Amino acid sequence: MERILSRWVDIPNLRDIEVYEAHGGYRALRKALFEMTPEEIIEEIKASNLRGRGGAAFPTGVKWSFIPRNSEKPVYVVCNADESEPGTFANRYQLENDPHGVIEGVLICCRAVNAHTAYIYLRGEFALQKRRLDEALAQARARGYIGRNIMGSNFDVEVYTHRGAGAYICGEETALLESLEGKRGYPRNRPPFPATYGAFGCPTVVNNVETLSNVPHIIARGAQWYRSIGPEKSPGPKLFCLSGHVNRPGLYELPMGFPLKDMIYREDLGGGILGGKKLKAVIPGGSSFPVFTAEEALKVNMDFESVRAAGSLMGTGGVIVMHEDTCMVDALRTIARFYHHESCGQCTPCREGCSWIEKLMIDLEEGRGTMEDLDRLIDIASNMEGNTICVLADSLAMPVKSFVPKFRDEFEEHVRLKRCPFKFSAKFVSFTSSERPSSHAVDGLSSS
Amino acid sequence: MPKVTINGQQLDAPQGINLIQAAEMLGIEIPHYCYHPGLSIAGNCRMCLVELQGVPKLQIACNTRVAEGMVVHTESPRVKKAQAAVLEFLLLNHPIDCPVCDQAGECKLQDYYMDYDRQPSRFPLGKKNKKGKALDIGSGLMLDQERCILCARCTRFFDEVTRTSELAIFERGDHCVVDTYPGRKVNNPYALNVVDICPVGALTEKEFRFKMRVWYLHRTPSVCGACARGCSIDIDHHRGRIYRYKPRYNPNVNQWWMCDEGRHSFKLLQGENRLLKPRYQADGRLATEGWDTAIARAAERIRGCASQYGPNAIGALVSAQATNEEIFALKRFMARAVGSTVVGGVSWTPVGASPDDNFLIRGDKNPNTAGLKAMGLLENGLGWVAGLVRRGQIKVLILLRCDPVRILGESEFMAWFGALDHLIVLDCIATQTMAFANQVMPIAAYPELDGSFTNFEGWVQRLRPAFDPPGEARPALEVIGALERELLKVEWNYSAASVFAELAQAEPAFEGLTLEGLGAHGARIAMSRNGSGP
Ligand SMILES: Cc1cc2nc3c(=O)[nH]c(=O)nc-3n(C[C@H](O)[C@H](O)[C@H](O)COP(=O)(O)O)c2cc1C
Ligand code: SF4
Ligand code: SF4
Ligand code: SF4
Ligand code: FES
Repeated sequence: MERILSRWVDIPNLRDIEVYEAHGGYRALRKALFEMTPEEIIEEIKASNLRGRGGAAFPTGVKWSFIPRNSEKPVYVVCNADESEPGTFANRYQLENDPHGVIEGVLICCRAVNAHTAYIYLRGEFALQKRRLDEALAQARARGYIGRNIMGSNFDVEVYTHRGAGAYICGEETALLESLEGKRGYPRNRPPFPATYGAFGCPTVVNNVETLSNVPHIIARGAQWYRSIGPEKSPGPKLFCLSGHVNRPGLYELPMGFPLKDMIYREDLGGGILGGKKLKAVIPGGSSFPVFTAEEALKVNMDFESVRAAGSLMGTGGVIVMHEDTCMVDALRTIARFYHHESCGQCTPCREGCSWIEKLMIDLEEGRGTMEDLDRLIDIASNMEGNTICVLADSLAMPVKSFVPKFRDEFEEHVRLKRCPFKFSAKFVSFTSSERPSSHAVDGLSSS
Repeated sequence: MPKVTINGQQLDAPQGINLIQAAEMLGIEIPHYCYHPGLSIAGNCRMCLVELQGVPKLQIACNTRVAEGMVVHTESPRVKKAQAAVLEFLLLNHPIDCPVCDQAGECKLQDYYMDYDRQPSRFPLGKKNKKGKALDIGSGLMLDQERCILCARCTRFFDEVTRTSELAIFERGDHCVVDTYPGRKVNNPYALNVVDICPVGALTEKEFRFKMRVWYLHRTPSVCGACARGCSIDIDHHRGRIYRYKPRYNPNVNQWWMCDEGRHSFKLLQGENRLLKPRYQADGRLATEGWDTAIARAAERIRGCASQYGPNAIGALVSAQATNEEIFALKRFMARAVGSTVVGGVSWTPVGASPDDNFLIRGDKNPNTAGLKAMGLLENGLGWVAGLVRRGQIKVLILLRCDPVRILGESEFMAWFGALDHLIVLDCIATQTMAFANQVMPIAAYPELDGSFTNFEGWVQRLRPAFDPPGEARPALEVIGALERELLKVEWNYSAASVFAELAQAEPAFEGLTLEGLGAHGARIAMSRNGSGP
């Protein structure tokens, strides 16, 4: 399949504006400025069925159409480059290797919603990515794509980059906006929604890096073309982040709806399970979502609809593969530790629940757990789910509510044996272990 | 007015109110911690979750405004489960030190646990997080981070009300703590309001804690007498002793708040310097006497002076510390029983008192300057009356809550007032002028009074007596009444309500008002004359 989002694999130095322009760069922006009205841009994006790649899969065109026309307040576009979901690493490569693709998407979005200021919010650790972006922005500014009267269109737009201070929660769009405003990254209660009350209290579009990377391609080649890739309701190319116990972990661009089995086993993709072991489980969309058993995983196609129908969510497309030697109790404990660490602590059920779950998981893994704890875990998760300001609480509740029933035998074995059955076996591979084959880096990419 | 249905009861709700407020109008309690009507919506405690028909997820009532046709359930099984769950979560890391917590008895964690949870703990004590306890964070605030439920009321108060942001929440998740910024302490004249709004025992007042279990306290609505704002307060007292003032909500005057200075001002009104017995000057010292002889003595001097020098040789000064009723009663007494027109007002504030700020505090430290002026008395009648005394035109002077020696200093006072034949002081606390008085009559302080003050914006607010005045002190109205009875041999009704009724007839500014009609939030009189007074 043609690489669209990751064409930087095939085109050396795509991050250089001359190379980018030579490969059609900023032509979509020209089209958006001179051949289309803002309404037409939004209609085109709606028609493409592009859905958000940041985790919630919200239809992008619909989101843009929520921005009030002729708003009296300024409108802002915010590109979410906080990418912190465990198992997710697509945005970083996109920013490093195709910053202009992201910027062009941002600019087209600005035009569509009549925003004159855009922010790209990067996670604190993205130092290189910010440097690449800033270089690209300077180039784009020098060429007249950014600034006053861009490309002679009478449209002014400024783009700023901003690095966070290192908090997973700042990827949640309203926490991101608070952080952008210089406040503590606390998610906001909704309503009001960012479309009416976003950055600095003004209407704001927040989109993920990958979402916006799709936009220039859609504008350049049309919604019809875009919809021809993958299934009707969630079409397009997708950057899958394949990690865990596969022979060739890495970033793979595949059409939406691609069979998960092929992704894991095909020689040119995952290359099968590490050491020829048996597959045990797969989390399909980053650590926040329900886990699949091997059986479920091997049947599912990777698009928003199909994964949902199979009982999980595709989230960011961070596919985490676990083989037979993985201790599922240990795996869930690791996930719990992450959400406990990252809960902003605002709402009671999340603040207390994440910590409680982690404490129970430590007990279970270390052989101090009880059978009641297993039901208690489910009960705590149910009490957190849906009852908080943002869905971070659900992001731990969902794994708990899938790990425990789906791998109940393993949990019960920990209780019965009063120890982890995997720990003392030579085969044990920790979920968190770094003893993996040296990284296969990214599909076809030797360095970044 | 959107129509909403809560637990089957219908309500025509005022536009814009939230579901906690709407439910309250129907007498339904939706439990809540973080919501406070004077602060922005935080929506963090999740205690107020309710079920909205047609909405899959439970919604927080505090952030849900009433809308036409909304159907709300606050007691459905799902809601009850969520409420119990939130309480279980809140208590998870709570130190459960209620027996030694000063909030016990007025703690929302205790109350709601009893009402909405009542489950045994499923979490071992040994695993609870440890945080700071009994931290002295300045301005008389004591912080217990383990008891804190992180509702962010205190931080929002300093962010939004005083806009000074002394407190913040640090760390993340269950490591979160409320604290001051490194190396800083709270230093804020309104700091103690956070003690009132903290729903648990995390913020307590250094001065109040461990002095009195709150369930022994009786509560009487009144008005703070420490400045011209006149914040509505509740007086919390036990056996004739005030333990604390708490701000009482009044949309017209102070909303939910009061200043720390006012909060502590009751301390001046109790203890050693309270006047307990009538006294008279005998051989250079103040000897005690009974009320009957005191009244007879004063009446005799007044009568004697009037017959010798004429009624205008008797004068009176009343300060803006007096209630509306006291001022009016004295003025009328002087006119009716004495026949004198010499009644001066005194509204005086010591140098160095806290000045006007842009919130509540007024530089005028008198609760009733506006009342004084509305009844046509001077604010600075001291000079006028002093001149009359010095010229020998006044021989007998009555002082009501007035301390000219403090204002003028001793030598200046003697220079102006030295020629008086008879000086009668009516006050509740020892004053500097007392040493020069021929008679001292102990009267009730305002927390012991029925009556009213008029604040600087013209809000007339009701005082209620928390308890009887100490010793033999009596309300000034009774003392004035007794004097009048002695002089005129007629019986007048000297209750606050009837004096107020006459005041409302006699003084145009107060026309149409009744004491009863002032209600909890007061009534406003017109303030004329370039905005500075009536
Ligand atoms: C806890 C949490 C963390 C999130 N982190 C990210 C993130 O790092 N990057 C991102 O694009 N979206 C993240 N999201 C989703 C955003 O809130 C938001 O839905 C997304 O940025 C919208 O962009 P999209 O419509 O293009 O997907 C997160 C959501 C939650 C609840
Ligand atoms: S759910 Fe968790 S992360 Fe989200 S706002 Fe509440 S406490 Fe913060
Ligand atoms: S100290 Fe009190 S008011 Fe402040 S956050 Fe904690 S519980 Fe709330
Ligand atoms: S502002 Fe004035 S009236 Fe209010 S509490 Fe302070 S001193 Fe009392
Ligand atoms: S009162 Fe509504 S969430 Fe706290």
